Amino acid sequence: MKAGGTGVPVAPAFNLVFGERQPSRMMRFILRRTLQMIPTLLVVVLIIFVIFSVVPGSFISSLMSEGRNATNADVMAHLNQQFGLDKPLLVRLWDYLWGLAHFDLGISYRTREPVWNVIEPRLWPSIKLALAAMFFAALVGIPLGFVAALKPGSVIDTGTMMVAISGLSLPEFWFGLLLMYVFALQLGWLPSFGYNADSFQHLILPAIALGVSPMALLARTTRAGVLDVMNADFVRTARAKGVSEPRLVRSHVARNVLVLVLTTLGLQVGSLMGQAIVIEKLFSWPGIGSLLVDSVAARDIPVVQGAVIVIVLWFLVINMLVDVAYAAVDPRIKVT
Amino acid sequence: MRLRFNLVLGLTLALLVIVCALGAGWIAPYDPVLHADLMNSEMPPSWEHPMGTDGQGRDVFSRVLYGAQVSLTVGLVSQLINSFIGTALGVSAGYFGGWWDDLVNGLTNVMLAIPSLVFALAIMAVLGPGLPSLLIALGLTNWSWTCRIARSSTLSLKNQGFVQAAVSAGFGDFNIMRTQILPNILGPVLVMATLGIGSAVLAEAALSFLGVGIRPPQPSWGNMLTDARELLRAAPWAAIYPGLAIFITVLGFNLLGDGMRDLLDPHMRTRKV
Repeated sequence: MKAGGTGVPVAPAFNLVFGERQPSRMMRFILRRTLQMIPTLLVVVLIIFVIFSVVPGSFISSLMSEGRNATNADVMAHLNQQFGLDKPLLVRLWDYLWGLAHFDLGISYRTREPVWNVIEPRLWPSIKLALAAMFFAALVGIPLGFVAALKPGSVIDTGTMMVAISGLSLPEFWFGLLLMYVFALQLGWLPSFGYNADSFQHLILPAIALGVSPMALLARTTRAGVLDVMNADFVRTARAKGVSEPRLVRSHVARNVLVLVLTTLGLQVGSLMGQAIVIEKLFSWPGIGSLLVDSVAARDIPVVQGAVIVIVLWFLVINMLVDVAYAAVDPRIKVT
Repeated sequence: MRLRFNLVLGLTLALLVIVCALGAGWIAPYDPVLHADLMNSEMPPSWEHPMGTDGQGRDVFSRVLYGAQVSLTVGLVSQLINSFIGTALGVSAGYFGGWWDDLVNGLTNVMLAIPSLVFALAIMAVLGPGLPSLLIALGLTNWSWTCRIARSSTLSLKNQGFVQAAVSAGFGDFNIMRTQILPNILGPVLVMATLGIGSAVLAEAALSFLGVGIRPPQPSWGNMLTDARELLRAAPWAAIYPGLAIFITVLGFNLLGDGMRDLLDPHMRTRKV
């Protein structure tokens, strides 16, 4: 094992995952990709900050519209001062960024707790839903794409592609409503909405509703990937050598398609947290998405900002991990 | 064969929706908002009400027809804005290169990192509900793929003979972009726009469903589903038909976009996939 030029000690676990190919270069790759996320995140924060600083109705005015009578000018001035809303915009932006650099997301207008305390309990339900949806998508989508590609032009192929394009066109919250109607209201097999940390029953319907469009995408990607590999020279050679069809599929095709499929899978997991907002709202799922919708309605800007940052960060981190895994698995990709 | 099938089915469905939207005033048997017959609420589909009535006794069929107007307006107008922004940024970035290219690239990456629905939700929160806000929110948040495609096509066109000839003939930059590059990238941009109409229709429905899009009583497929959710057990048809309308519309434009892409891509035309 060569430790590369920098002399950084390399943990054995790292080698288990990434093999013994120049670990220090891989480390630098990861570090660079991590640093690359910072400007993107900064611009996201800036955009969200600017958007909400021009909001005509402030949180204070939404308090009044809820019937809590805060019309008293003194009360309003006090509230404005308490949340720092009386300071100039640039000062507020600087304060926010300064806090962010110290992992401080500010104070929620609504609950007056630190924003992180509001977001943190929502994280696990959201991640759980995204992973469960992906599990469903992979379980159905990958075999579907595979079967379709093995007999291109057949009835199964045409049917699969119709399912795939339908899945991509389906409004997922409507599909969720239909699932709710059939499996919860009519058959009574599953709870129609809500969350239970200990049981999987509540997870099934929202996960399927959320998983339909990634399932369709996976089916399409897998099919395209398998078709590509099936036409490759090494498969023709193997077939000419007399390798049996099941073995051909298993050891020549499946392995080569795996990289493509895993990439699609990973990228989908990254964007699912953002896509889940409507499903979370529909099923009263206590995740980041429903928190975001509720906070937008209440104009609880610090929480909105925090939730958007979490969603974007999740996307960026998963993307980076996919890139790293890709580079580690496929030696043709240069790690520089 | 498959190629024509996609195009024909897509075009048929899209035309069907367009006819429904344009002809809503003539086809709809009842007023979508004012005709609220509370004595006949939650009625199952019948000859008088082909799609049943909702919780306030309004005709679901009429409301679905009028909902098509909202969805199509949002889909077409927002995609027009997106295509314009994406093409302008992408072509200029690819053509000029340098710091402008870096800036546009960076902005595109940021736009891709924020899920467009989340971004649109934030903009809707600022602008307030309603059709104009929807057009702006969805028109500003879905141009990144168009921009990428316009940029990469421009990059490959820039070094080709006819563009170089225009440069040496002394054409201005804007002129070259307009007369030499734009006509050549119109195909892929059009495909992206068609596919984008589908996602804009979905996004409008989602935003209206969340209560920040089109406000009731004006019918939109999204807010009809919000109402229907409450009476799912008593009147499932009030949920089934608006959703079906969204599905058919989005499917139509997706098939149309797919078919157009296959038609434009000579590589795809010969390969039997």
